[in-house]
Amino acid sequence: MNALKPRQREFFVEALIRVAGFSAILFVVLIFIFLVKEGAPAFWETSLTNLFGQRWYPNEGLFGTTPLILGSLLVTGGAVVIALPLGLATAVFIRELAPNWLREILKPLIEVLAGIPSVVLGFLGMVAVAPLVRQTLNVPTGLTAFTGSLMLAYMSLPTIISVAEDAIDAVPSTYRDGALALGATHWQTIWRVILPAARSGVIIAVMLGIGRAIGETMAVMMVTGNAARIPREWNALFLPVRTMTATIAAEMGEVAQGSTHYHVLFAVGILLFLVTFLINAVASAVIIKGGARRGGRLMG
Amino acid sequence: MSRQKSQRIAFAILTILAVIVVVPIVLVVAYIVVQGIGAINWEFLTTFPHHGMKEGGILPAIVGTVVLTFGTAIVSIPIAVGAAIYLAEYARDTWLTRAIRLAIINLAGIPSVVYGLFGLGLFVLSLRLGTSIVAGSLTLGLMTLPVVISTAEEALLAVPQRFRVVSRSLGATRWQTVRQLVLPNALPGILTGIILGLERAAGETAPILFTAAAFYLPQLPRSPLDQTMALPYHLYVISTQVPGMPLQVQYGTALVLLILVLSMNVVATMIRSRFRRRRQW
Amino acid sequence: MVAKISIHHLTFRYNDTVALRDVTLDIPANEITVIFGPSHAGKSTLLRCLNRLNDLIENEETEMTGQILLDGQDIYGPTVDVTELRRRVGMVFALPIPLPLTIYENVVYGLRMQGESRKELLDARVEQSLRQAALWDEVKDRLYEPAMRLSGGQQQRLCLARILALEPEVILLDNPTSGLDPLSTAKVESSLAELKAHYTIVMVPHSVQQAARIADLAVFLLNGQLVEMGSAEQIFTRPRDRRTEDYITGRFG
Repeated sequence: MNALKPRQREFFVEALIRVAGFSAILFVVLIFIFLVKEGAPAFWETSLTNLFGQRWYPNEGLFGTTPLILGSLLVTGGAVVIALPLGLATAVFIRELAPNWLREILKPLIEVLAGIPSVVLGFLGMVAVAPLVRQTLNVPTGLTAFTGSLMLAYMSLPTIISVAEDAIDAVPSTYRDGALALGATHWQTIWRVILPAARSGVIIAVMLGIGRAIGETMAVMMVTGNAARIPREWNALFLPVRTMTATIAAEMGEVAQGSTHYHVLFAVGILLFLVTFLINAVASAVIIKGGARRGGRLMG
Repeated sequence: MSRQKSQRIAFAILTILAVIVVVPIVLVVAYIVVQGIGAINWEFLTTFPHHGMKEGGILPAIVGTVVLTFGTAIVSIPIAVGAAIYLAEYARDTWLTRAIRLAIINLAGIPSVVYGLFGLGLFVLSLRLGTSIVAGSLTLGLMTLPVVISTAEEALLAVPQRFRVVSRSLGATRWQTVRQLVLPNALPGILTGIILGLERAAGETAPILFTAAAFYLPQLPRSPLDQTMALPYHLYVISTQVPGMPLQVQYGTALVLLILVLSMNVVATMIRSRFRRRRQW
Repeated sequence: MVAKISIHHLTFRYNDTVALRDVTLDIPANEITVIFGPSHAGKSTLLRCLNRLNDLIENEETEMTGQILLDGQDIYGPTVDVTELRRRVGMVFALPIPLPLTIYENVVYGLRMQGESRKELLDARVEQSLRQAALWDEVKDRLYEPAMRLSGGQQQRLCLARILALEPEVILLDNPTSGLDPLSTAKVESSLAELKAHYTIVMVPHSVQQAARIADLAVFLLNGQLVEMGSAEQIFTRPRDRRTEDYITGRFG
């Protein structure tokens, strides 16, 4: 490097910077290619009826992913239902109600939650939360979809809270001042003006929360009981389930490389990749649209 | 119902919900500390596990996590900082730039277990690195990229544009401006981003499940191509795969992992707040 | 009169707005040329064309036609080294913008970027430029303090010193006294009067009064067009164009 003249060195450094910039695209493509490379054989080694069948018994050659997909949806859905009101309320509380000193405590505390490794939460969910769920709900085991939803809800809270906070923050202060000047109470201003104006941000918060929850692995694997069954009963939320992520994590270590089971697990990976890709692409589209609409008419 | 009264009720509900969010966080940390502190002593931190991991310490898991975190840093820092510089200082608003941003958003959203699958397919099998520290570090490094890129870009963009114009008007090139002026002033923010990214990598289990982690090893790894134990995987193993594991050892392991990760969090927060107080613009 | 800079039929557009329309103008060496006019007349744009700072505009369509010659050479020519051009043609901005560095490092910034690292030369250049900018006596004991701690007037003289350290040929000043009190303004103006012996100075003034005080040559711009130019004496006492007269006498502005 030192042998190069400054201009040449600069050209070299700038070329590297460009490469680093473009690498993100390369990595996404590479990830997709390798998932497809390892996962595609699943589609001709076994039939589609089998792949989308209702029974997941890899030992008997049954690779029905329906219970896994429904399991993921059930746990994720439960998580969002729990996390959305909690997250929104906390965001509003932090931005609108909390005095400065309290905000200075709450923000780092929520960052702490974001920092707790998922395996630690899973462990705690297993040894402390699951028994609590079992006793409170009087069910045979505490390792249920509901326990998973509960853990996932808390794990997606930091995402939901911070996105919702940003959205509230982005509402022009003239909206608030206008509403207050017209004699609205603080709460009416929040409910009728600020929240509607922050709507697109809230949608993003929900989507990113879903994205976070559907891809979460360790905590879910440790608390949901891992039974690959179709949740069709009314109380399915309080029975064990198994998610797509947990299936990959639990089984990939034990399969032979190149076996059908191995390929099917990668195929499940493709599905997860596509779902999260879609969620994030749509969320970022909403971000761009929301940004353009900002400063528009006064709503409420 | 009067408007004042409905406001009072609404605010009470908001407060209760916020409490429901916050209290468990404190409880979780406190509970792990109380349950785990008894297990932690010098021996626990500095010896190998023995008797089917039910006794002894967790030294190889601690060392493994430290090594993996360093490996992650080596992989992700140059790429992430380079990409952030590109986006903040070089990229114009073209379709290509938008594609890069979309790619970064999507990298951030890919589930960690899918990173694990990718690492297995590319690094472990295709590149024949085997289940190894290198393969694990590469996988974790890729996973860390989006967090570090976004925070680093934010830190670069926080340096006021007028400094760049002045620097260029004094005859500095674009790269000189970045190197001499923008980077030094953005460094604390970039550092915060790096630490937050590494914090996440240090606590992850799923990406190393099939790329680096070993159930039990009688010795510390000797080369980057060796497998390694790691704290998060170790906690998973002893809490789910080893029957009759003493609960206190499990809590102790969880506590060590929590301390490791949260201390990185504290360092990042400290750098950020020091920097905010001291910066001159 | 020798033209240091010759501008021929310069037209400049941002997006759909025409900022400069067919401006032709010769700027003489070793004099103070003042470009004045109401806001949005294109004064800053014209100044920024002279050291190609407009090149840095991103995310906006810009289009320039016409020619600018520095010592007879086209500064937009394909072989021109822009960083070299900016060293020869320095710019002081409306608001003082010290870099977040020490006073000393602010002054030597441009030199360091040229690869200059000899301490004696840098030291000498710091003292010389700070003296030229009438700042040396006030800061000589605290050269290693952050430049941000200086007062606004001192900061603006520091920015001038920063340009002078590069020993440029042309100094562009874009309303350099806009944020300054009368005393600091007077100091800056008197440094400029001394500096013109060695440099070509082009300045957008803070006011017509300031223009009249320090200009040798005065150029009146309106809506991107050059209305009138001539010696300061002529322009400010016997303007030929009605619009110039109206502006000078304060009928609009």
